[in-house]
Amino acid sequence: MKVLVAVKRVIDYNVKVRVKPDNTGVDLANVKMAMNPFCEIAVEEAVRLKEKGVASEIVVVSIGPKAAQEQIRTALALGADRGIHVETDEEVQSLEAAKLLKSVVEKEEPKLVILGKQSIDSDNNQTGQMLAALTGMAQGTFASEVVVDGEKVNVTREVDGGLMTVSLNLPAVVTTDLRLNEPRYASLPNIMKAKKKPLESVSPADLGVDVAPRLSTLKVEAPAARQAGVKVADVAELVDKLKNEAKVI
Amino acid sequence: MSILVIAEHDNSSLKQATLNVVAAAKAIGGDIDVLVAGENCGAVAEAAAKAEGVNKVLVADNAAYGHFLGENLGELVAEVGKGYSHILAAAGTTGKDFMPRVAALLDVAQVSDIIRVESEDTFVRPIYAGNAIATVKASDSIKVITVRPTGFDPVAAEGGSAAVEQLDVVKDAGISAFVSEQKAESDRPDLASAGVVISGGRGMQNGDNFKMLEQVADLLGAAVGASRAAVDAGFVPNDMQVGQTGKIVAPQLYVAVGISGAIQHLAGMSDSKVIVAINKDEEAPIFQVADYGLVADLFEAVPQLEEELKKVL
Ligand SMILES: Cc1cc2nc3c(=O)[nH]c(=O)nc-3n(C[C@H](O)[C@H](O)[C@H](O)COP(=O)(O)OP(=O)(O)OC[C@H]3O[C@@H](n4cnc5c(N)ncnc54)[C@H](O)[C@@H]3O)c2cc1C
Repeated sequence: MKVLVAVKRVIDYNVKVRVKPDNTGVDLANVKMAMNPFCEIAVEEAVRLKEKGVASEIVVVSIGPKAAQEQIRTALALGADRGIHVETDEEVQSLEAAKLLKSVVEKEEPKLVILGKQSIDSDNNQTGQMLAALTGMAQGTFASEVVVDGEKVNVTREVDGGLMTVSLNLPAVVTTDLRLNEPRYASLPNIMKAKKKPLESVSPADLGVDVAPRLSTLKVEAPAARQAGVKVADVAELVDKLKNEAKVI
Repeated sequence: MSILVIAEHDNSSLKQATLNVVAAAKAIGGDIDVLVAGENCGAVAEAAAKAEGVNKVLVADNAAYGHFLGENLGELVAEVGKGYSHILAAAGTTGKDFMPRVAALLDVAQVSDIIRVESEDTFVRPIYAGNAIATVKASDSIKVITVRPTGFDPVAAEGGSAAVEQLDVVKDAGISAFVSEQKAESDRPDLASAGVVISGGRGMQNGDNFKMLEQVADLLGAAVGASRAAVDAGFVPNDMQVGQTGKIVAPQLYVAVGISGAIQHLAGMSDSKVIVAINKDEEAPIFQVADYGLVADLFEAVPQLEEELKKVL
């Protein structure tokens, strides 16, 4: 079966995020960018499905500026077979991303679409679910285990009260959580090979989607900084301070 | 304006988060209806009817909603919610699952995880793991919003007397089914709403050592949480993870034990009133946010903490 994986280019998770002095956003100039960590987990899961003989082809898609091709190449180096780049310099919000992906899904007809549960920039946690709704597919969100079984897929989900397993008709959408797998690193030969794998570029207009944002960001501020407090000498002093100074016990 | 709040519950009791969401709805202003969708969830509807500020409770009681499957809830809420100006749910794993489906079905954007209401169309939400706080304005006619419960003080659970109305809308997409669940059983308070939280990290070394934290937690009436590293290592289950991609907590007292204080962890607990850190590395970043820091080996400090607390409590 064909598996479609969506990946997003975001700020590297190790980078210290700085708000721009004019409060219009976060400073991304000369900042290290990378594949969103949850998307790495999505790629890894698809590659494992292929290694198990469950997936026959892995198509990776990314929406974003020219530079997002780096993340597609990374996914190709990790084992995806071909890439689709939906190229745009505009800000693409979740609903519009889901519409673009829907259009790709209609063309590619994958049996399974795997996405990260959230991107670590906008922290929205929406796109996979929106794509599932727009295409009428079932969804297994926050997945920690994915088992394809004939025309169904069983997904174990990390939920507030523990774990929950659902059975979904295929085609379905899965969004990944942290415990689904541990992504591998791309080997040098595979990075070289990835350069030759097919990568097609399309525009939102080609896909017939209007990406004009519905949400406008009025301002972006730094959070109120917490002041570091005091160091206590021992446990007795700690308990005394909690009881008599902070009055929280 | 008319606001539909989707109740969070387990078919038998109303979760406190719902009261926080009603508080967010009050901040927006307008009539507030609560939708209780579940199976044999009459007691939840009764509880919701008593919450302060609720105008009407709508009940969709059907097996299709028993396990809160996103496919079915999405269709139901989109259908019931289309007559409202705002649809709100708590940003827990249930709300995060079905609300984007609602938004997509209504062809509107969703505003995730709001912590403040500026006006009927303008909301404040953390982005980049809480390293930036965005004020966003929604232009769609229906605003679909998930609410971070720690951002709003809950309305009173008692005192209201809303009318309860049964709905007979059954939306069963028929494409997904519940198989099983593994619920974390605990007599301790719920992590997300506990007044005191004590969390352990990689420094705990194994799951057995979490018993030390549990003993302290029992003295304080606290919930026990964990860092991602402790969950990934299998010390404790996933539902204990605090952080950007786990649970968001804001208790009166948060005690971090053997946790370094990575930004992703801080994103889940830095709104706590008082933070205590116990770590043997005095350079650990957690000390930059801790009100009280103790540089010590946790294997000595935690048993001592238990003894000292016994003396004063
Ligand atoms: C996409 C993404 C999402 C993430 N989401 C989350 C999240 O939601 N929540 C989260 O917590 N993390 C999250 N992380 C992981 C985060 O970056 C850190 O890796 C993690 O928080 C580290 O956990 P830790 O502090 O327990 O471990 P470490 O960083 O290894 O720290 C262990 C600490 O224990 C101390 N210690 C060791 N032994 C002792 C002892 N005997 N006595 C006292 N102190 C001791 C050490 O000095 C050290 O400071 C995420 C990461 C990514 C990439």
